[in-house]
Amino acid sequence: MMEKYNRRVKAADVTTPQSSQYGFLTGLSPQSTLPNFKQNEFSVVRQHEEFIWLHDSFVENEEYAGYIIPPAPPRPDFDASREKLQKLGEGEGSMTKEEFTKMKQELEAEYLAIFKKTVAMHEVFLCRVAAHPVLRKDLNFHVFLEYNQDLSVRGKNKKEKLEDFFKNVVKSADGVLVAGVKDVDDFFEHEKTFLLEYHNRVKDASAKSDRMIRSHKNAADDINRIASSLYTLGTQDSTDLCKFFLKVSELFEKTRKIEARVAADEDLKLADLLKYYLRESQAAKDLLYRRSRALVDYENANKALDKARAKNRDVLQAETSQQLCCHKFEKISESAKQELIDFKTRRVAAFRKNLVELAELELKHAKGNLQLLQSCLGVLKGNT
Amino acid sequence: MADTVRDPPPDGTDFHELEDGEELFPEPAAAPEESQPASLPAEDISTNSNGPKQDLLFDDDPEDLFAEATEEVSLDSPERDVLLSDGPSPAITPITPPTSVITPRIGHAHDDMFTHSSFDEIEEEEGGDSFDIHISVSDPEKVGDGMNAYMAYKVTTKTSMSLFKQKDFSVKRRFSDFLGLHSKLASKYLHIGYIVPPAPEKSIVGMTKVKVGKEDQSSNEFVEKRRSALERYLMRTVKHPILLKDPDVLQFLESSELPRAVSTQALSSAGLLRMVNKAADAVNKMTIKMNESDAWFEEKQQHFENLDVQLRKLHASVESLVCHRKELSVNTAQFAKSAAMLGNSEDHTALSRALSQLAEVEEKIDQLHQDQANGDFYLFSELLGDYVRLLTAVKGVFEHRMKTWQKWQDSQMLLQKKREAEAKLQFTNKPDKLQQAKDEIKELEGKVQQGERDFEQISKTIRKEVSRFEKERVKDFKTIIVKYLESLVLTQQQLIKYWEAFLPEAKAIS
Repeated sequence: MMEKYNRRVKAADVTTPQSSQYGFLTGLSPQSTLPNFKQNEFSVVRQHEEFIWLHDSFVENEEYAGYIIPPAPPRPDFDASREKLQKLGEGEGSMTKEEFTKMKQELEAEYLAIFKKTVAMHEVFLCRVAAHPVLRKDLNFHVFLEYNQDLSVRGKNKKEKLEDFFKNVVKSADGVLVAGVKDVDDFFEHEKTFLLEYHNRVKDASAKSDRMIRSHKNAADDINRIASSLYTLGTQDSTDLCKFFLKVSELFEKTRKIEARVAADEDLKLADLLKYYLRESQAAKDLLYRRSRALVDYENANKALDKARAKNRDVLQAETSQQLCCHKFEKISESAKQELIDFKTRRVAAFRKNLVELAELELKHAKGNLQLLQSCLGVLKGNT
Repeated sequence: MADTVRDPPPDGTDFHELEDGEELFPEPAAAPEESQPASLPAEDISTNSNGPKQDLLFDDDPEDLFAEATEEVSLDSPERDVLLSDGPSPAITPITPPTSVITPRIGHAHDDMFTHSSFDEIEEEEGGDSFDIHISVSDPEKVGDGMNAYMAYKVTTKTSMSLFKQKDFSVKRRFSDFLGLHSKLASKYLHIGYIVPPAPEKSIVGMTKVKVGKEDQSSNEFVEKRRSALERYLMRTVKHPILLKDPDVLQFLESSELPRAVSTQALSSAGLLRMVNKAADAVNKMTIKMNESDAWFEEKQQHFENLDVQLRKLHASVESLVCHRKELSVNTAQFAKSAAMLGNSEDHTALSRALSQLAEVEEKIDQLHQDQANGDFYLFSELLGDYVRLLTAVKGVFEHRMKTWQKWQDSQMLLQKKREAEAKLQFTNKPDKLQQAKDEIKELEGKVQQGERDFEQISKTIRKEVSRFEKERVKDFKTIIVKYLESLVLTQQQLIKYWEAFLPEAKAIS
């Protein structure tokens, strides 16, 4: 009996961006037909830290060592936008009223867009958890979704952050050691080499796509300023040029909006995709690490058992320990294999969807731009 | 009288006459044709009611051709379109066009309105030539070595005008030759009110790189920028009907050898003198308080001031766009490489192929951005830069007018003083001193009259120059911006092609 698990996460009414200064709030309205949920539809408000708590609880849970833990959503970053808004406020005196209101509106729209995107990324995280046959049953997950009070999850304090830092250092050093161990299993050996290279290249592609998109945004901003200047020139000019300038200014206003949309869509379909798979490939690498760790433990347990048998001391203890390690290793291996295969399927599907949508959007915008340009040229040439 | 209207700037008398001819508005009395004056669109100056009437006050000399001309203009209803003085040249000019030339042209006066300025029509009158000249600057070649090296440019002129000895010819010129030409033209024409197009700017950094022999992209770009600027400079100069006929211009275009213009070097004594003069001018400008009796000039000055501010702002934004577009091109290229690498490491075959295709598309797009950035620059940005520089020349002629006025006022004041002094001398018994005073007064009276005439002349010239300039400006901006938009159209069409080719590849991922 297939559990029909229909989960819909709906963001709360997005209030004015100021409220997000104090943490990320989102309302979730999961609908589920799972018997162990007390209601069918309910909503709670969660902060970003609480998502991180949930993610970390998965990572620290030994039971889930054999799964790719869905990557945590990134911290909402409104700093850049807030800074721009502040600078705009300071520069208010140096531009005309129209320019100021226009730029303010745009910045607010940008702020809102980032907000929405962040909400979406948190949603994706939860949906991934909900789609996972094992993780969706996690108790913390249920508490997260149902408990309609604050979870009192505090962010990690300095000591804990330091601990995390050292844990990571140890892990990466260990990871290097562990990675050196050649795996007899071809599948995993291949996956290891593949993931290592893939992860690095996705990282690079993600960074480069970000830079490309930023240049695009900058160009769109310039076109905005050009449109304003042309408008002023048009209103000031006393010759034939006045109508001409006004028309071209109008054109650039419109094409600028399209260029900004192109940058935004590239960001959504390409940059975000790459960022997400950067995080997922890291999670997959972590899985491989855990498996290799378990393998090493298993091999060490084997050696210990041999030694114990040789010395005929603590044999039983060594045997139990070896069996545990073996069991752990096999369990991880089995689920890891499936997880990695699923990862590939998901990856291919996501890339396909996003690349197709990217191409379609690019086409739509280019055609829009073309139409605007051609119709404007028609008017301009017709008049002269 | 017409001959002495201005200080003799050009060499050769034909110059004078030509100028007279060009300045004339159609005179109904002298004109052999029966064209109704009212049908001829009025010149821009009549939009300001002060203008023509003011001129009337000065022009009560019946011999003065201008008198009737301005009367004629003020009778017309002021229209904003530009006048074509396609009437015949008045009797005074020795080069009277055959009447047969006149009548047909009235017909296409309106058609030609946007393609020829009034001066061009007069050109047609006089030489039977249409304005047909095309100059190109090409083939930059490095000559010499080390710090004495320079770039030689080939200047090719193609023309059917009888002004030139050949139809198609070329010469080799270096940058300082262009500067020398401009310097000569400026010294001859600026102070009497002609807007002389400024030469491209010097760039010590740019040239040093070329001299040192760096064959890299940035020095190639610098040379190309300069070549294009020199070409535009020459075309603008020859478009001016007076400058076109200047012997220095003709020599520049035609003669194979040109004396080196040493005084254009920044650190030469002439250069230093220029700097000192500029400083002095700036101080003078601040101290001249002119009694502007003609609101047209005030209005125009304000207009150019505003235009200057806006063009500079626009220019800055366009330069920023060029910069960001170039950045976008570079970043897209880098992304393309990165995507290709990603495609290589992707182990799902169809996705791997699609990613490689994406990389190819992005690579083509980066080239597209590069080309568009060039379009942004050479079409849009340089147009604005040229006009910002041209406006300095325009402001310059307005300043010269003020100086001319000042000179006139100064002589007037001096005359006044001398008269007072003479009056006092009347009561003393110093006959030789009195005679001296009387002589001085006579001389000064002549100077005052000359000063007044100079002022009128420069005012008239500026009016015409401004009208010609505005016409050129409208034409330039329209033509070039349309070209720029067409370049944008091409870019979008290419983008569509590339993404349309990619889409099926993306869909093919299974």
